[in-house]
Amino acid sequence: MSDTIISSNGAMNAVPSSRFYVREHHPENGTMLGFWLYLMSDCLVFACLFATYAVLGRNYAGGPTGAELFDLPLVAVNTSLLLLSSITYGFAMLEMQDKRQRNTLIWLAITGILGACFIGFELTEFAHLIHEGNGPQRSGFLTSFFALVATHGLHVSFGIVWLVTLMTQVGKHGLTPENRRRLMCLSMFWHFLDVVWIGVFTFVYLMGVLP
Amino acid sequence: MLDHIDLIKLIFGRLTWDAIPYQEPILLFTFIGVAIGGLAVLSLITYFRLWGVLWRDWITSIDHKKIGIMYVILGLVMLLRGFADALMMRAQQALSFGDSAGFLPPHHYDQVFTAHGVIMIFFVAMPLVTGLMNFVVPLQIGARDVAFPFLNNFSFWMTTFGGGLVMVSLFVGEFARTGWLAYPPLSGILSSPDVGVDYYIWSLQIAGVGTLLSGINLIATIVKMRAPGMTMMKMPVFTWTALCTNVLIVAAFPVLTAVLGMLSLDRLVGTNFFTNDMGGNAMMYVNLIWIWGHPEVYILILPAFGIFSEVVSTFCSKRLFGYTSMVYATVVITILSYLVWLHHFFTMGSGASVNSFFGITTMIISIPTGAKIFNWLFTMYRGRIRFELPMLWTIGFMITFVIGGMTGVLLAVPSADFVLHNSLFLIAHFHNVIIGGVVFGMFAGINYWFPKAFGYKLDTFWGRCSFWFWTVGFYVAFMPLYLLGLMGVTRRLSHFEDPSLQIWFQIAAFGAVLIALGIASLIIQLVVSYQRRESLRDTTGDPWGGRTLEWSTSSPPPVYNFAFTPKVYDTDAWADMKSNAYARPLEGFLAIHMPKNTGAGFIIAAFCAITGFALIWQMWLLAGLGFASVLAAIIIHTFNYNRDFYIPEGEVVRTENERTRLLESHV
Repeated sequence: MSDTIISSNGAMNAVPSSRFYVREHHPENGTMLGFWLYLMSDCLVFACLFATYAVLGRNYAGGPTGAELFDLPLVAVNTSLLLLSSITYGFAMLEMQDKRQRNTLIWLAITGILGACFIGFELTEFAHLIHEGNGPQRSGFLTSFFALVATHGLHVSFGIVWLVTLMTQVGKHGLTPENRRRLMCLSMFWHFLDVVWIGVFTFVYLMGVLP
Repeated sequence: MLDHIDLIKLIFGRLTWDAIPYQEPILLFTFIGVAIGGLAVLSLITYFRLWGVLWRDWITSIDHKKIGIMYVILGLVMLLRGFADALMMRAQQALSFGDSAGFLPPHHYDQVFTAHGVIMIFFVAMPLVTGLMNFVVPLQIGARDVAFPFLNNFSFWMTTFGGGLVMVSLFVGEFARTGWLAYPPLSGILSSPDVGVDYYIWSLQIAGVGTLLSGINLIATIVKMRAPGMTMMKMPVFTWTALCTNVLIVAAFPVLTAVLGMLSLDRLVGTNFFTNDMGGNAMMYVNLIWIWGHPEVYILILPAFGIFSEVVSTFCSKRLFGYTSMVYATVVITILSYLVWLHHFFTMGSGASVNSFFGITTMIISIPTGAKIFNWLFTMYRGRIRFELPMLWTIGFMITFVIGGMTGVLLAVPSADFVLHNSLFLIAHFHNVIIGGVVFGMFAGINYWFPKAFGYKLDTFWGRCSFWFWTVGFYVAFMPLYLLGLMGVTRRLSHFEDPSLQIWFQIAAFGAVLIALGIASLIIQLVVSYQRRESLRDTTGDPWGGRTLEWSTSSPPPVYNFAFTPKVYDTDAWADMKSNAYARPLEGFLAIHMPKNTGAGFIIAAFCAITGFALIWQMWLLAGLGFASVLAAIIIHTFNYNRDFYIPEGEVVRTENERTRLLESHV
């Protein structure tokens, strides 16, 4: 095979300046790197929100503190839902590697349901806080709390929209290279949100209830 | 409860007929001018049946070269608007002494200086920088396009629609009266209840998304798509500075997005991020915005440094002196630019230790910058210097920028800064480095790469006029401001009582008129060059005796840039190829895989702009619809799997044979 190529291009190779170009060049695909860069930029948005929480997080303005407001058991359940959804996404990716489309879709659906439950619990928590008069307008602490947690929740919600879109596309076109690349991107996004949530759970909820 | 929801309010929000400033003669006449000019342009396009061409070849184009050109056009158009603001400010300050109140009422003057700053940074300097990077970087690294061509088109339209929102604020409502960084509590809802700050927030949010995505795109391009053999330390210096600038963009713009998001929450929802009471902290805003803002000035200047490096080595016909040190200086500046933000507010009261830290880091930045100046000087030393237009701008830059850099080091001394903070000395300093650095750099770049983009050089006579008017005009306009600053005059004043100051403001106003002549010369230069394009034609693709890969292809380059991907052995790849008797391949061409044009970027960006406009005026119905449309358009776009095509072999052969004939006919 390689011999025939050399012989057919023998005339080209004879020209000395052919050392200055390649006949066929396929640069690497940059999607994964590009998506990593996006994630890191998003990480900086969260960094700003964490920094703001660090500055404003104890400005209670005479209002309630974290220790008075946070329902740790509920948040713990919620945290485990989200962490579980990362594992199920991992299973979906394993099925994708083995090119089993139906199983991939099933695990993706479970991931989406777990994500939706997480959002549901979070909205319940928010509704409860706002109902009690402890909305984001109450104090600097609550402002930065709502901003950080809701931004994360918004990301998860967009992740679910993306997940549903992608499930439709996998159903329609199968596990094509494009769709596998997209599933990889969403996978990184989903795990990234998990990592951010671990930060939120630790710094906002766990440290928030410390005296 | 439902009866209270006013349908009109739901649809139009805060927008009423009062928002149209027909009682202000300046704005009214501007509007009439813009309307007549706009109608003329639209009818000309219709008359010459150019709508189809415009849509197919430009608006939906994902060709990095066309997008780069459109960015530069956007920057130059917005320069006219931003400079009109500058002329109005200079005239106001020259006239408004004692009994005379000048011609701008304070609320209008405040909008003018805010718009001037916002437009010049976000919609002049940024598009020019991004445009040149877009056009040049893929050519310099031997690539056929950027890593994400569709995203590139989308980024451009986000920037353009963001700029469009600022322009709309001129005639519908008003712009912010807060200064270009909109510090709270002044920009909070209590002090600025009008739509001005909302225009500021949403135009920057929309343009900011565009900038961020274009930053990600160019990093991925530079990291993944370099020609074989081009290791990092063989990249052209401009590509290196572009890489560092885009790293800065990706690391800085999310902070702007976050902080403006918080400000808009404070204004819309009544949260307490930056309020004076309820546990808010306004200094948090100032810190965050400068964590974006200081890297931003390096985002602008680094590509200019790259341009000067290319220009100096080309027009001295020798390798750049100290390539390695130039690269390391660029990287060091990239890192240090994150460690100096606090020098913008030494007077905040962070204490001596914090101020000393940031003062020292600021002074350290002058070391790599100085190394760069010496590298350029040593490149020129014993070079055969050709004083073409790009070289003139470069020499103008080196002298002017050194002065600006030195006043910068003065300001970096915290104790001196307590006196000079927010004075006209500061204004003179940053115009000194931005005009003398960024603007001169962009003009050097435009004059340098124009023949590559359009196939003919720019006219030298009018280019020289532009250079001398700009340079002399700059010194006349800003040296008086240094003096006034040392005398204690603060920035952003619309009226003065002390008549002894007036002469300096009049000199500065005269300088602004000289700069206006410089801009006029630039426009004449473009027109004259177009008329004389046959005699200025570049048939070789290498009009300056260039050293990097963009000069190895034709001018203008074919859609696919390079028929065969170049292979690189040396830093100055094209100079290396020329000195080793490189012969252009004449046969064996293959079909070329390219991305397809798409209108999705334009449409999604347009929906974003509509959503932004609706949020500014609190038209909740339209905002909801707009947001849903953005989401729907993005999802629909992802269902398009048919995104690329092959340029057939026959077409490549035709294009390349045409070039062969052209080269042979001009031996």
